[in-house]
Amino acid sequence: MLAPNTSVSIRDLTLQFGAVQVLQTLNLDIRDGEFLVLLGSSGCGKSTLLNCIAGLLEPTDGQIFIKGRNVTWLEPSERGIGMVFQSYALYPQMTVRGNLSFGLRNARVPKAEIESRVARAAKVLQIEPLLDRKPAALSGGQRQRVAIGRALVRDVDVFLFDEPLSNLDAKLRADLRVELKRLHHSLDNTMIYVTHDQVEAMTLADRIAIMRNGRIMQLGTPDEIYNRPQNRYVADFIGSPSMNFVEGHLERGTFHGADLQLALDGYRFGAPQVADRPAIIGIRPEHVATGPLVDSAPIRGEVTAELVEPMGSDTLVWAQLAGKPFRIRMDGQARVSPGDRLPIGIDPAKASLFDAKTEERL
Amino acid sequence: MAEPATLGTVAAVDAIKERTGGVGYLEGPRGGRPRRVLTAHNVVLYGTLLVIAAYFLLPLWVMLVTSFKTMDEIRQGNIFAPPTEFTIFPWIKAWAQACTGINCDGLSRGFWNSVYILVPSVVVSIAVASVSGYTLANWRFKGSEAIFTILILGAFIPYQVMIYPIAILLGKVGLFGSLWGLVVVHTIFGMPLNVLLFRNYFSSVPEELFKAARVDGAGFWGIFFRIMLPMSLPIFVVSMIIQITGIWNDFLFGVIYTSNERYPMTVQLNNIVNSVQGTKEYNVNMAATLLTGLVPLAVYFASGKLFVRGIAAGAVKG
Ligand SMILES: Nc1ncnc2c1ncn2[C@@H]1O[C@H](COP(=O)(O)OP(=O)(O)OP(=O)(O)O)[C@@H](O)[C@H]1O
Ligand SMILES: [Mg+2]
Repeated sequence: MLAPNTSVSIRDLTLQFGAVQVLQTLNLDIRDGEFLVLLGSSGCGKSTLLNCIAGLLEPTDGQIFIKGRNVTWLEPSERGIGMVFQSYALYPQMTVRGNLSFGLRNARVPKAEIESRVARAAKVLQIEPLLDRKPAALSGGQRQRVAIGRALVRDVDVFLFDEPLSNLDAKLRADLRVELKRLHHSLDNTMIYVTHDQVEAMTLADRIAIMRNGRIMQLGTPDEIYNRPQNRYVADFIGSPSMNFVEGHLERGTFHGADLQLALDGYRFGAPQVADRPAIIGIRPEHVATGPLVDSAPIRGEVTAELVEPMGSDTLVWAQLAGKPFRIRMDGQARVSPGDRLPIGIDPAKASLFDAKTEERL
Repeated sequence: MAEPATLGTVAAVDAIKERTGGVGYLEGPRGGRPRRVLTAHNVVLYGTLLVIAAYFLLPLWVMLVTSFKTMDEIRQGNIFAPPTEFTIFPWIKAWAQACTGINCDGLSRGFWNSVYILVPSVVVSIAVASVSGYTLANWRFKGSEAIFTILILGAFIPYQVMIYPIAILLGKVGLFGSLWGLVVVHTIFGMPLNVLLFRNYFSSVPEELFKAARVDGAGFWGIFFRIMLPMSLPIFVVSMIIQITGIWNDFLFGVIYTSNERYPMTVQLNNIVNSVQGTKEYNVNMAATLLTGLVPLAVYFASGKLFVRGIAAGAVKG
């Protein structure tokens, strides 16, 4: 039933807190050595899912397999997982060395072995000079490194991260993100990483699972999630500024919406025959061609800039299309003022088309 | 020597300098606001505090001076005056010679009885309460909230109601009149308040710390002894103070659940002060009373700071 190279496999996992369904018959297969990111808005059940995998929460129903072993009823320490928390959760009264070795001491690993493993982890994470300090005497970044080290020394199959970087400032977060990626390359462990930061998700993940209300809305590579969102929710959730949506209907391969007509030549439909129906088209602000690029776009038009937000590296222009606000992302050097007429180009191949009722991709 | 180079002056400051004749500051308020000490508000406030403080301290003063006076001097009647003829004898008599019924070895017997009651009662009641609080805070199980609620409600039942049933119960299990019977009673009656304290303190410990320890393979006792205990000194001190003073000052349970030769110090004190034979020795009585109050007093002085810290920490989360 389980593919041989799955690391973590979740079958029909359901979890209820009283009457609230937090996880709804959730299925997920994570490959060996994969970096999987669970992404979703606050309260969608990411931490809950992670805690279930860790064994810190008992599911109402369903099974969890790790390395082909049914771990549903096992204690957290018996599952071969290590966990890193948002608040670091270092034991305040122990030194860094004590924190790193606590799990090994509980498992009655011989002293010499403990020492060598702690030394190795400290070296990998560059926290050797800190080994005899207490957590209170560490910076946020150092604390998070120790927390990662605590999972590292235990030689686990699966690393679980619950928003490990969200308490750090932007610069440090970027640094540690790169380090985490490097660590993953050198370790080849499976990593499951919870975040609600899109940048973290896109940069770290082999695959991303987008969650909403305890369900997985889409599981795919960052490229698939970004370029071919399976439903309107994912399309809207991913990308900043978010996607422009225009409501209308699909008629013989052309999208009609208010005064807008888009011949969808080059658009990859999910099925060979898609019947005419009410539909929504989604166009990312960064996929709207401006300036010299307009000429090469299959569909061209003109809008009036209403509001201009310069953001340094790029400029966000607000306009109207088919009677709806329409965002266009331009180069940071672009000189546009409100009221300017702006030629734009759209490539249907980069657009996303959704059924207006089911909001699924067409 | 060249003038040190000036870094250029700010025009606005220069304008101010001109107006103030080179001072560079405008007139009017500057820096911290001055505080006046002798305002009507302060006089009333501190005056009231002083009166109240005197009101509470005066009896203590009277006790203290009386305990160092001879009986002759006491009979002269000026209870506020310090002793003219200082004597330590009443203290010695209170401690070692005062008579209660057939024994004439003073309070010392009661003191040691109290110590024998206090130590196991405090240790057992705190051990039971801390583990219960830890369980209720961190190992929620079906019905744990209900148990907690019942426990708290228990604090509102007047304990006089339970005296007789408990006496019967202790008799049935053969602990009536024994030291351990009293230890059990103190443990039970200390539960509601102390479990509440410990539960609140332990729930204020971040949940992720507890989860991390579980992932690290620590069990129920491992987490309790190696993670929770080392970070909960303040709440243990609070609980200890509450239990020590409560148990030391206990009179009722001591009279009811122990027998004559095991009476705690408070009961012994009562027997000395209320003994009907001979004249009332006020100086001895005062000394005996002060001696009895010395233990809780010492505990407060020794750990006041930790007490405040613990109370504040325990109050964070309900
Ligand atoms: N102990 C609990 N009792 C009842 N409901 C709970 C409990 N724990 C979590 N929930 C609910 O479960 C849902 C999912 O919570 P969860 O912590 O998994 O969200 P999350 O996706 O991790 O959110 P965030 O990004 O804010 O961390 C939330 O709606 C939350 O209110
Ligand atoms: Mg969370």
